[in-house]
Amino acid sequence: MIVLDLFHYWTFIALLMMGFYTVIVKNNLVKRLLGLSLFQSAVFLLFIGIAKVEGGTTPIFTNLVDSQVFSNPLPQVLILTAIVVGISTSALGLAIILRIKEAYGTIEEDEIQSREEEAQ
Amino acid sequence: MLSHLPILQVVVPMLMAPLVLLIQPARLAWALTLATSALAFAIAINLVQLTTSDGPMLYPIGGWEAPYGIELQVDGLSALFLLIVSGASTFVLLAGYQSLISEIKESKLNWFFGAWLLALAGLLGIVVSGDAFNIFVFMEIASLASYVLIAGGPNRQALPAVFKYLIMGTIGATFYLIGIGLIYIMTGTLNMSDIATKLPSVVDQTPILVAAGFISIGLALKAAIFPMHAWLPNTYCFAPNMVTAFLAACSTKIAIYVLLRVDFTLFQSNLIGHLIQFKIFLIPLACMAILAGAYMAMRDTLAKKIFAWSSVGQVGYIILGAALVSHSGLTSALLHSFNHALAKGTIFIGIGLLALQAKSGELSSFAGLGRRHPLAAIAITIAGLSLVGIPGTAGFLSKWLLIQAVFEQPNGVIALLAIVLVSSLMSVVYLARFLETLFFPPAPAGSEPTLPLGATAILVMLALSSIYFGLAPALPMELATQAADTLLGYGK
Amino acid sequence: MSIEQQLIALLAIPALGAVLIGVMGRLHPNSREAATFITAVMLASVAWSLASAVAHGARGEIVLSQLNAALSIKLHIEPLGALFATLAASLWIVNSLYSVGYMRGNKEKHQTRFYIFFAISIAAAMGVALAGNLFTLFLFYELLTLSTYPLVTHKGDQATIKSARIYLGILMGTSITLFLPAVIWVSMINGGEFTLGGTLQGKVDGPTAGLLLALFTFGIGKAAVMPIHRWLPAAMVAPTPVSALLHAVAVVKAGVFSITKIILYIFGADWLFSLNTTQWLVWISAFTIISASIVALRQTNLKRLLAYSTIGQLSYVVMATAILKPMAEIGAALHMVAHAFGKITLFFAAGAIYVASKKIDITELAGIAKRMPITMTAFTIGALSMIGVPPTGGFVSKWYILAGAFQADNFLAIFTIITSTALNAAYFLPIIYVAWFMPETVAPKKEHGEAPLAMVIALSITALLALGFFFYNAPVLDLERQLVEVMQ
Repeated sequence: MIVLDLFHYWTFIALLMMGFYTVIVKNNLVKRLLGLSLFQSAVFLLFIGIAKVEGGTTPIFTNLVDSQVFSNPLPQVLILTAIVVGISTSALGLAIILRIKEAYGTIEEDEIQSREEEAQ
Repeated sequence: MLSHLPILQVVVPMLMAPLVLLIQPARLAWALTLATSALAFAIAINLVQLTTSDGPMLYPIGGWEAPYGIELQVDGLSALFLLIVSGASTFVLLAGYQSLISEIKESKLNWFFGAWLLALAGLLGIVVSGDAFNIFVFMEIASLASYVLIAGGPNRQALPAVFKYLIMGTIGATFYLIGIGLIYIMTGTLNMSDIATKLPSVVDQTPILVAAGFISIGLALKAAIFPMHAWLPNTYCFAPNMVTAFLAACSTKIAIYVLLRVDFTLFQSNLIGHLIQFKIFLIPLACMAILAGAYMAMRDTLAKKIFAWSSVGQVGYIILGAALVSHSGLTSALLHSFNHALAKGTIFIGIGLLALQAKSGELSSFAGLGRRHPLAAIAITIAGLSLVGIPGTAGFLSKWLLIQAVFEQPNGVIALLAIVLVSSLMSVVYLARFLETLFFPPAPAGSEPTLPLGATAILVMLALSSIYFGLAPALPMELATQAADTLLGYGK
Repeated sequence: MSIEQQLIALLAIPALGAVLIGVMGRLHPNSREAATFITAVMLASVAWSLASAVAHGARGEIVLSQLNAALSIKLHIEPLGALFATLAASLWIVNSLYSVGYMRGNKEKHQTRFYIFFAISIAAAMGVALAGNLFTLFLFYELLTLSTYPLVTHKGDQATIKSARIYLGILMGTSITLFLPAVIWVSMINGGEFTLGGTLQGKVDGPTAGLLLALFTFGIGKAAVMPIHRWLPAAMVAPTPVSALLHAVAVVKAGVFSITKIILYIFGADWLFSLNTTQWLVWISAFTIISASIVALRQTNLKRLLAYSTIGQLSYVVMATAILKPMAEIGAALHMVAHAFGKITLFFAAGAIYVASKKIDITELAGIAKRMPITMTAFTIGALSMIGVPPTGGFVSKWYILAGAFQADNFLAIFTIITSTALNAAYFLPIIYVAWFMPETVAPKKEHGEAPLAMVIALSITALLALGFFFYNAPVLDLERQLVEVMQ
C-alpha cells in the first residue's frame, strides 16, 4: 500500500508537526526548546531515511565484490553536522533559559511578561 | 595567493575566534578582533576588485572539483554583501569600544569577541558558499554566535527576546534545510550551479514546489519579512548597542541575499509560473512591511525600537525592489541593502554613543543630548536623512530606482507608488520626532563627560560617506548593477 | 574664469563661506560677520559677471557627478537661472547688513548657527537656479527646505517647533508625494534635461501633460499656490532677516522659478498653449491671488499680512507663466525681481519696527512714521510697488503681464490683475495712512527712534532698488528676451 510504503515520510511529518505544535503552544520555555529539538530531529530523520538504499550495505569501499550496492553516505555525513548544530542550539537555548530563570525567577512565558510589566 | 582569497575570507575570522578567547586584557582582545575584521574587510575589497575586473571566481575546497567537492563562489552579488558584512563589523568595532566596555563585563569581553568573530565568519561564509548545505551550516554558525552577542548585554529584556529569536531563527533554518533535503532527493546534488542544471528535468514534480515554499518561508523568517518579523524589534532594541549596529547593518540582509541567490539561481529560471508566484507572494508582504514598519516606528517610545521598526520597513523596500523582478528593481534592492546598512549602522552607532549618557532606552532619556553632542547628533541626522531618502544622500538613489521600477510595472503603479511615497513621509515623521527630542529640549543638567573622540570621528565619517555615496555612487551602483545582471542573467 | 568655473564657484562660494563663518564664529562676532560679507560680495560679483556673459549669449554646462548611465548631477546656465542667482546673491549682501543690525539689536542667541545655515540656504538656492536637469533641481530644492528648517526653528520654543512642523510637513510632504514622482516620470521619458522650448511634445498626450503640470505645480510647494500655501505664514516665526531674504526672495522665488523653468524648459510654452488641459493653472493662480489678498485684508499681524501678500504675488508669477505668451513670460521674470525688491523692503521695515519698538501688530502702528520716518518711507515705497503704482518696479512687471494677457486674450488674467491691484491697495494704504497721519495710540515700551543704523541703510538700499527698477530695467529685459526667442 502506497501510504505504508511512504511511512518514513509520514513519521517525518508527524514528528515535525508534534515539535512545531509544542514550540508554538507551550508556555514553558524548556518545553518549547524540547519541541524545537524534536522539530529538528524530524528533519534529520528525513535525511537519514532517504540515504537508505534497498539491499545496500555500509559504504566502505572494498575490492572484494564488484557490483556492491551501498547506502548513500552523504546525507548521513550532512546530518552528523546538522546534529552538532542542533545540539549547540539546544545547549545555547538552555543556557539562555537558565539566565532567564536567574533574571526573572520563572521560565513561564506569561509570567516573564507580567514581571516585565510590573517592573515598568 | 589571490585565488585563495574566497576561502581566506571565511577562515581568517573563524580561526581567530578561538585565539581571541585566550587573550585576556579586553583591550587587546578588541584590538585583535578589530585587526581580524579589518583584514576580512581588506580581503572583501580585494574580492570586489577581482570580480569587477575578472568576473566570478570559483574556489574548489581542497582541490576537489564540484559537484563532488565543496565549492566557494564569489561573483558581483556576493562581493557586494561581503563588503557590507565585513565593513559593518569593522566600523562598528572601531567606533564601539567604549560602548562595549560600558555594557559588557570586562572579564567576559574576550568570549564576546570570540562570538563576534564567529558571527562574522558565519555571515561571510554564507555569502561565499556555493553549496546549499554549507549555507545552512554557516547560517547556524552566524545565528548561534549572534544569539550569544545579543544576550551578552546588561538588559534582562534581551533574554526573552533572544529566546524568541532563537526559536524563530532555528525554525527558519530548519525550513531551509527541509527544502534543501527535498531538492537533494530530486536532484542528488547540493552544489548550487549543479542543482540549477539538473533541476529542469524534475521541475514538474511536487517536491520541488514544496521545496521552493519551505526555502522561501524559512529565509523570510530569517530576513524578518513581514509578518515574520516578530523577533526583530525586541531583539534589536535590547541587544547591546554595538551588537544592534552590527546586526541591523547586515544580518537580515544576508538572509535576503540567500533568498535572492536561491530563488533567482534555482527557481526563477526553472519553475514555470514561479515568477508570478514570487511577485504575488512577496509584493503584498513587502508593502505591508513598509507600512507597518513605518507606522510602528512612528508610535514607539524606545529610541532603538523606533529604528528597529524602521528596519522592518526598510527590509520591505529591499524585498519590494527584488519582487518587481526587473533590472532597476533589483538594482534598487541591492543598492538599498548597501545604503541601508550604511545609514542604519551609523544611526545605531550614534545612538550607542549617546546612550553612554542616557539614563535609559526611552526616547525621553535622549532629550537635549543633541545640544550637548552636536557632532554625533548631526551624524545621526544625516544618516536619518539617507534613511528617508532625501536627495543628496545615498538613500535617495535607491528610492529613485525603486520608484523607477514601480513606474515600469504594467499595473498597480499608483498603489505601489502611493505606498512608497506615503511611507517616506511616515519615515520623515518618526525621524523628526527623534531629532526634535535630540535637539530642542535644553541640554540635560549636570556636568556630562564628553563622548569618545575617536568614536565620534568614525561616526561623522560614516555619516559623510552616506552623503558621498549619494553624490558619487559609482562603487555601490556598479556593484549593484553588476549583481542585478548576475541574478537576471541566470534566466537567460 | 570660464563659464564652467563660474558655475562651480556659485555653488562653492556660499558652501565654503558656511565653513568659514563656522570657523570665524569661534573667534569673534565681527570676524564672523565679515566672513558673511566677503562671501556675499564674492558670490554676487561672480553672479553678475556670469549674468552679463549670459546676456551676451554665452551658455555653459558642467556635469558634477555621473550617478549611473541615466542620472547625473549637472549645472547649466540660462537667462532665467542667471537672473534668479544674481537677484538672490545681490540681495544677500544687503540682507547680511540688515541681519547684523537685527540679530544684535534683538540679542538673538546662536547667531553663528544662524549665519551658517543662511549661507547653506543661499548655496541651495544657487543650486536651484543653476540646476541642469530635473534630478539636480529636486536635489537642491530639498536641500533648500532642509537648510531653512534650522532657521525657521531658530527661537526653539514650543510654538516655533509647531510652526516648523507645518513648514517641514507641507514642503516635504508635497515634494515627496507629488514633485518626486513627476520628476522621475519625466526623467524616464526624456532624461529630465532642460532644453529651451521643451522636449515633451509628442511624447505624452494632453491629459498626461495636464497631470504632470498639476504634479509639478502642487509638488513645488515653495510656489505657495493654494491650497499648498499654509507653510508660508507658518514660516514667519523665523527671525525677520530669514523672512525677508528667504521667504520673500530665495525660497519662494525658488518655487516659482522652478515652475517657470519647468514650463519653459521641459514642457515648452507653445505646446502647452495648444493643449486644453493646462488652462486650469491660470484659474488656480488667479484664485490664489484674489483669495490671498482677501485673507491679507483680515490680518493684523504685520509679518503674517506680508506673508499672505507674498502668496498672492507669487501666484502673479505663476499666472504670468501660465498665460504662456512671450510678454507674460518676460513679465514673470520681471515680477520676480520687482517683487523681491519691494517685499524685502517691507520685511526689512517690519523687522526694523520690531527691533525699535517691539510692535508686531498693524493696529499699533499709528503715528509710528514720526519716530521712524526713513523706515516708513521705505515701507511706503515697498507697498506702492506691491500695488503696482508708478514709479515703482511693481508697475513695470504688471504692465508686461497685462500685455501678455492681452496677447493671449486671457480676460480672466486681466480681470484678476485689476481686482487684486484694488485689493492690494485696500490692505496697504490704510497702514500707510495711519502710520503717517494718525497720532500715536499705543505708547511704545520705551522711547525709540529709528532702528540700528545697519538696518536703516539696508532698507534704504532696497527701497531705492524698488524705485530704481522702474527707471532702469533694460538689462533684465535684454536677458529675459532670450527666453522667448523660440516662442511664437
